[in-house]
Amino acid sequence: MSDWSTFFAMGGYAVYVWPAFAVSIGALAVLGIVSWRQMKRIERVVKLAGETIETGESKR
Amino acid sequence: MLAYANPQRFLRLARALTPWTVAASVLLLATGLFLPLFVAPPDYQQGHAARIMYVHVPAAWMALFVYVAMAVASAVAFIWKHPLADIAAKASAPIGATFTALALVTGSLWGQPMWGTWWVWDARLTSVLILFFLYLGYMVLWGAIEEPTRAARAARILVLVGVVNIPIIHFSVDLWSTLHQGASVFRLGGPTIRTAEMLVPLLVMALAYNVFYVAVLLIRMRVEVSRRRLRTIRLGLELAPA
Repeated sequence: MSDWSTFFAMGGYAVYVWPAFAVSIGALAVLGIVSWRQMKRIERVVKLAGETIETGESKR
Repeated sequence: MLAYANPQRFLRLARALTPWTVAASVLLLATGLFLPLFVAPPDYQQGHAARIMYVHVPAAWMALFVYVAMAVASAVAFIWKHPLADIAAKASAPIGATFTALALVTGSLWGQPMWGTWWVWDARLTSVLILFFLYLGYMVLWGAIEEPTRAARAARILVLVGVVNIPIIHFSVDLWSTLHQGASVFRLGGPTIRTAEMLVPLLVMALAYNVFYVAVLLIRMRVEVSRRRLRTIRLGLELAPA
């Protein structure tokens, strides 16, 4: 067996070790990306709303 | 602390800090993954299954740490009415819930090969499951009560009542007979993990999770501050004379 297959086999515990690492990194990545996208979206909306108010006030 | 009670001042600071905390958490998480998989040796009893410790233990520490941070923020909101305290607690809840879910799932994946079962209703596992429900309850409460001041008050009470669960979780392994092992790092007499090859990767991963918490907390606080600002703008538009 090659070094890499030994590494991936994790001494027979691969079925437990890899899902534990995958679910940890996956969950943190999803949380981070979803939060980042929410932030970008709402900050854009707030900026647009502020600009709309300023334009409306300058027209009055 | 009080200097940053002004949300605009906080936003300026958060905008400056966000890229650095995100970069630091990505770098630390990459290091935190490399060390347990490529540097740390297998355990003499549990073999390679012990590598699950490097994602399970820091997640469990963070599950408790985030809840205590929420309790402190809720107490600050109650006593000093700091405008960012409720925002910090609310922004922390999904992060804490994620760490608690990870502690439960990775613990289950570790428990099956070591104990021969995915789940057991012992004091440690049950009290951590209660912690997970406290996080969910807190988030549901914010969503269920429409009026923000009432929602904040109810959420603060829930967090402060639920904090009693934290010492129960910590001491559950000493007070009751459980399948779960006792503390192996933060204990009187020093850590039971004595080799640096195992302790350093564990502490690096714990630091990575902490920095990740700060990064996502800043992002989610920015979301919440912007939401409140948007609500104020909308209210202003509705009240403005046509």
